[in-house]
This record gives sequence, C-alpha cells and structure tokens, in this order.
Amino acid sequence: MKGILINYEYCTGCHSCEVACKKQLGLAKGEFGIKLTETGPFKYETGDEAGKWEWFFLPVLTKACDMCEDRVTKGKMPMCVQHCQAWCMYHGEVEDLVKKMDGNTRFALLTR
Amino acid sequence: MADYKEFLDSIDRKAYHEGEIEWTEGEYTVTRTTHWSPPGCHNGCGVLLYTKDGKLEKVEGDPLNSVASGKLCMRCLAMPEAVNHPDRLKYPLRRVGERGENTWERISWDEAYDEITEKVLNIKKEFGSESIVVVHGTGRNIGWQVPYFASACMETPNVSTFGFNGFACYLPRMIGTTAKFGDMCLVDASQAHEDRYANEDWERPEVVVIWGNEPIKSNADAFLGHWLVLCHQMGTKIVSVDPRLTWWGVRADYWLPIRPGTDAVLAMAMLNVITTEDLIDHDFVELWCYGYEALVERVADKTPEWAAEVCGVNSEDIRGAARLIANAKNCAIQWGLAFEQQIAALGVTEAVADIMAITGNIDNPGGNMLARCAFLIEKRYGLGDHLIDPEVYARKLIPSVSGINESQIVSCADSDSILYAMETGEPYSVQMFWIQSSNALSCPGMDAPRVYQAMRKIPFVVVVDPFMTPTAVACADIVLPAAMSCERNSVRTWWTPVRSMKKVSEYYEARSDEQIVLDLGKRIKPENWPWETDEDFCTWYLTDQCAPNGTLYDKDFKTLVEQGGTEYWDWDATYRKYEKGMLRPDGSVGFNTPTGRVELWSYGFDSWGVDPLPFHIEPPESPVSTPKTYESFPLILSGGGRSFEFFHSEHRQLPSMREFHPDPLIMVHPDDAKTYNVSNDTWVWVENSRGARFKQKVLVTEQTKPGVVHAEHGWWFPEQEGAEPNLFGTFTSNLNNMTEAYRTGQGGIGSAIKSMLCKIYPVHEGDILPGDVVATKGTFHEYAPGQPYPLIEE
Repeated sequence: MKGILINYEYCTGCHSCEVACKKQLGLAKGEFGIKLTETGPFKYETGDEAGKWEWFFLPVLTKACDMCEDRVTKGKMPMCVQHCQAWCMYHGEVEDLVKKMDGNTRFALLTR
Repeated sequence: MADYKEFLDSIDRKAYHEGEIEWTEGEYTVTRTTHWSPPGCHNGCGVLLYTKDGKLEKVEGDPLNSVASGKLCMRCLAMPEAVNHPDRLKYPLRRVGERGENTWERISWDEAYDEITEKVLNIKKEFGSESIVVVHGTGRNIGWQVPYFASACMETPNVSTFGFNGFACYLPRMIGTTAKFGDMCLVDASQAHEDRYANEDWERPEVVVIWGNEPIKSNADAFLGHWLVLCHQMGTKIVSVDPRLTWWGVRADYWLPIRPGTDAVLAMAMLNVITTEDLIDHDFVELWCYGYEALVERVADKTPEWAAEVCGVNSEDIRGAARLIANAKNCAIQWGLAFEQQIAALGVTEAVADIMAITGNIDNPGGNMLARCAFLIEKRYGLGDHLIDPEVYARKLIPSVSGINESQIVSCADSDSILYAMETGEPYSVQMFWIQSSNALSCPGMDAPRVYQAMRKIPFVVVVDPFMTPTAVACADIVLPAAMSCERNSVRTWWTPVRSMKKVSEYYEARSDEQIVLDLGKRIKPENWPWETDEDFCTWYLTDQCAPNGTLYDKDFKTLVEQGGTEYWDWDATYRKYEKGMLRPDGSVGFNTPTGRVELWSYGFDSWGVDPLPFHIEPPESPVSTPKTYESFPLILSGGGRSFEFFHSEHRQLPSMREFHPDPLIMVHPDDAKTYNVSNDTWVWVENSRGARFKQKVLVTEQTKPGVVHAEHGWWFPEQEGAEPNLFGTFTSNLNNMTEAYRTGQGGIGSAIKSMLCKIYPVHEGDILPGDVVATKGTFHEYAPGQPYPLIEE
C-alpha cells in the first residue's frame, strides 16, 4: 500500500501542497485534496513542557486525493511531495516509509 | 529528517527529462526554464512550464534545478491564474478624461511610442533630462533593464524605487557590509554549490540567528528561507530575534522578542557579553580585524541588564544567546528588513556585522559567505551612468548633507529628495515620471496620501505594468502592458547562479520590459541601443555591461537557455577568499577595505559622517521618546510582515491567493484584544496622533507580544472600484497613511516604519474611509511643502 509520510515537526504551513494539489485535481474554491491543519501557537503552563511553545501544521488527505497515481506511474513524485518547500513529505510503500520515523521528531503516515 | 543525497538518488531523471529543454507530454509542450517576475519575488527558481496552443496552463517546480530542488511556493504554482487573468492589460492605453477617472482609450504601440518620444525629447530640451524620474519596484525583473534605460535613453541620474525614504530596504545592509567587510554577505545555506547540501566543503551552520525577518515567507535578498528549514532538520540550532513569534521562535533555543526598533541595543549587549567573557575568535580578530579595542570600549557599558530594560527581554536570555552564537563552531545570521525600517539602521547593521566578525563567522562554511553576483554579471544601479552628461549627473536628487551620497556608494536617487523636488520645485521641477513595475501608491509610498498629492501634479506620467494599478489610475497618462515572466526572454544574477528565462507564450499585445526599453531606446537615443533583439540585449548584459573588460562570462543568451538556464560560479563557492587573495583588486590577501581587514571601526562609515562604531537611536515615536503620546496611543505598531500568498502589492488579483488570504490582517495579542474589546474578524481602525488611520481585520494571536500590533502592507483591492476616490481601496488598509517622509537616521539612512505608536478601535458602518479624507482634505494632516510633519512631542 502506498502512503504519504509527513515529518510534521518541520511543516511550515506554506500551503504549497494544498495549491499544488488543487491545480493537479482542478479543484474549486473551498475544495482540497490535501488540507493543512494548524495547532497553536500556545504556551504550555502545565506539565513537562511548561514554558515551551507549541505551534505546528499537519496536512491531511481528503477523499479527493488519488496519490497522483498518474504521475507516479510515469516516475514522478506526487504534486504535494514534489513541491513541499519544507522537505517534510515522502511518498512510497508504507512499510518503507515507517522506517524513516526516527523516534525523535513527530511523523504522521497518511494513506487513502 | 530529509537526506539530500537520498533525494537526489530517488529522482527518476528520465521522467523529468534530464538534459532536455523542451519536450512534449500528452497535449502539452513542456519547457525547462527559470522564473522571476512579474509576478514574482526576489528569487529565480527552476520551473517546468506547461503550455498548450501557446497558452500557459500549468507550472511545476524542476527537481533537477538546484536552486529550489523542484519545490515551489503557492504563488508560483498559481502562476497561470496571473498570466491568464481577465484583468490583465492587453493593449497600450491613453488616458481620456481627468486623472483618477480610470477612463482610457486603446492606442497602438507606435502611437504610444511616438507620443512618449515627442514628450521626452521636449522635456529634455526645455527642462533638462534630469527632470525625468525613472521609478521601478523591487523584486520585479527590471533591476538592470530600468537603470540602463534611465541612463542610456532618458539620460537622467534620477532612478529610484521611489516612495520609501531612508533607503529603507536592504541598501543599508549592503553598504554597511561593503564598508566593513569590503563585500556583501549572506547566510551560507550551500546555495553557491550546485550539489548543494551534498557538497564536501559545505558544513551546516551550528547556529542560525533569524533576526528581524521571517525568511520562509519573505524570501528576501535572493535567499530562499526554506533552505534553512533543511539546515534545521540537519541539526542547526535557532536564535530568533523578533517581536513576533514566528515558526523559528517556536523552534528556537532562544526567542528574544524585543521592542520594535531596539535591535541595536540587543546587538551591543551581545557584543558586550562576547567581549567581556572573551568568547571571541582570537585568530580571526588578531589577523583580520581592525579596531577591536575601539569596539570593546564602545560596548563596555552595554550590559545585558541595560539592554533588557530597553528591549523588554530577559538579560539571562541575552547572555545565553550570545554564548550560544560565540561558542558555536559556525554561526550564520539571517538578517532582514527590520534592520533598516528603524531609525538606527546603520547602527544595528554595524553591531550585527561585528558579531559575525569577532566570532570568526565570515566566509567560513556554514557561516556568512562573502558573495558577488555570478561571473561579475552584477551591474544594476549605475549601469550606463557614464552615458549621462556629467553636468546633468551632478544634478542627481540626493540630500546635500549626506556624505554617503557624496561617496557615490549609492547610485540611485534619494526618495525624500525626489519628493522635495515634486513638492517645492527645488532644485528643479519634476516633469515626468516613468514608472516601470512599481505600484508606488499602494506599497512603498511614504506617506501614501502625500506621495499621491505630489505624483498627480507631475505633467507627464507613463506606467508600465501587467495590471491597472491604483498608481496608474491616479496619475498615468499612458499605460503600457508588460509581459509576464513566461512571456519574456531575460537574464539575471543576484548572487549565483546566473539564470535565463525563455519566452514560451504571448498575451495579446503585452511586451517584455526588455523589449519596451529597447524599442524606446532605439527611438530616443539610438546610439546607446545597438542591439537588434531582446536576446542580443540579454547577451550584452551577460557578457559586457559597459565594464572595461566585460564580465567574466562568455556565453550568449541562447547557450545559457540551452544548457538549462543556470550556471554556477566557483568564486562564490570558495571559502575564506580573504586568505586566498581573491577579494582585493591587487590580488593580495585580506579584505577589500582601506585597512585590508574587517573594520570594526569603519573608515567608510567615518567618511560618510556616520558613527564608525555601533549605535542606537530611539524611534521618533516610542514609549521612551514620546511618553505623553504613548498614554493616548498605547500600542506599538509594527508592519510589513510578509505572508505566503503575496509579494508586496502583487498577487491580490489571484483567486487562489485570496481564497487563502481574503483580507488584510493585523495581529493583536489576546491580552490587548481583551483590553480594546476586539476579537477575531473585527475590522479595526489603526490611528496615530496625527489622526491618520487605516483599517485591517483582527487576528488575535500570540504571534505578537502584548503591547505590539503587527499590520500587513501592500494591500489594495483589484475587485473594487478603480476610479477616485476609491482607487481600488488603496488608502483603505494602507499602513503608509501613517508613515512619514523626511525623517531618517544617520546619513539619511533608515526609517522608523516598524516602530510607530497607535491606538485601535472597531470600525463602524458609515465611518469615513481614508480615501474620502484624501479626496476632500488631501491628507490627514497639514504639512508645509518639503518639510516633515512637526514632531509629535518634543
């Protein structure tokens, strides 16, 4: 099974994946094949993280995503992965992708 | 973590047609080239342009181009929205009716050129060619074309990014480092190496200081901020100096949210820590620096405790950050626009340059590389100046008191001096504005209503732009439709590599900037325009540039295009050039300064009449300098922060950009939102003590600190009425309603754009709009021509 791995520790929220995807799928205003979520910014007042800031982005796939099957068949990267400015997206077989998770930074594995 | 070598190995090079310039994919023709502008930014990323029947349909990044490795921003991905936009100018236009009515008639290029030629020749004869002012915008791909046009066609020394005073955009950092280092510097994120992060000489910076900018959004100075995201993935630690909490601040070892306009204080305190704790790079200071003792003396009493009080940050954090920087094996400082958008511009530039120097972080791998434009293809301002009559050149509009101008280090004219001439007719009246790719009213014009009043009095104004802008409606007599990037044959540097752009499409009668200046140059001053085509003109820029022996490049435009559009230059990729005799004209070791060393005490600054050591000046309006005003205007207004969706005043027409970012946003801290009874999506007026105001929509966020609000710049509304008084809403949300002309820092450098005082309050239906104030009263506050507003508080 193919998947997209996001090392979202480093996602900058730049919207390139969203727009690249919209252009590929020809989606209308308000429609997305991949969509950013945003958490924060907020400062922890409790727990081990007290005093530290939290602010991260995580793109998630919608039903419209077809993992750019056409492109991948031709040897190209999916549009979102190719254009990710933050170098935090990877595409491949899920069993290969999980090996990239390093235990130090936050990852999310997305599949259809 | 991303692995660059793994990335290179993973690319299916056949799928991306390695080694090919043009090929067919289904119904598309695909062209490998680079993109700059318009519309654009400061960068030149590799792109694959997909055209069908001569129309641009889609854009992809080119993974085989090392500049951006196939990554593209949202603006570039949406480029077809701009290129095929129904509002684009299709034909040359002549104004019918009054200025501001936005009524035009279509004319032919020949008619336009004939009228311009006749007017220009008359103005030159009657008033002298210096009465023509040539204006261009930043970033747009006109940085060499327009200055050459000013010199070699208009024969005027008055070329300017008109509107913002104090040269408050990059120039202070450029001349500051040129004086102190002999060259300009930038963060080494491996961009000088074609094999990038895999290069054996390159090392990742141990620490990067992100100071007064958000590089992932601004991408200023030909530097792609996302390069640093990859460095951070490899382990680079971050220090963030910014009143705003940015992506970097959250991930930083130290976030120092200083009060806007106090950067020099913080920098001097860091120098105090580094010198008093003896954390300097002894070898570098002893062998390569001049004036260390003077610097030590200057910062001896600038303790972190002193700075903490002025800047509003913790003294132990200042110490910690200074130690982290000084103890790192290598440290790079990514500095930004905030440096000059404060009155102490040159003082903070000196101080931070000194931090780079005494910690030994100059021209080292992963430090601050000394950079020149590839193959010395670098002439911009000043290109063709020798073609201007020296007597005319001597009448360049510059301040009479500044040694900086006398030193000729700045080739462009001074914005305040141009405005002075427009307002007073002294030392001569301005007869014509040639505006090529600048929306002076909506973006740089300080203050906007005053600039507007001055510009609409100019007898003859031509605007060249892809779109009808507020500036064009307000004052243009003729508007010429500019081609966009994919419709141009063009070349550029700005550091390395040299890049070419190949024309792949056309839009009605729009012509490229190169073609327009060439066409008019041939009519008005043919002896200076010997080139047949835009491609010949580009080849001349690549190889000749009127330099005595030409540039160091010997390939023509076509060859550069055919090799993929980029070529890297070894010189930029070489480290510690000062040890190798690569910097000084005589080939001796050292830096290209009077002493041959990095000048901590700067002869250059001293000759300009500017303090040769780091200094601070309080902003003209601040809790410290105007405490009484601060009681009624209790918020510090900073502005001009960038967003992913827009480059300055561009991209407001693009549906995708407005989908993500429909309105101008002002950041307000949750504590202040409570105090002033505003919430998310409330439109607020932002008003100063002179009664000038603008409105933006509130974003309640901890991205700004309590007591500081942060507004956006460059907003106009192409979807609104273009005619006066609305002018596409250019005054409605314009922070420049509040900025001031004629108030600058030492040497006429620096302007307090990011540190003003204001109050905020909700907008009510029926409130008078700024455009209506401008239409009825002219400006928000009376002024004497050629004079600054009175100080708000002595």
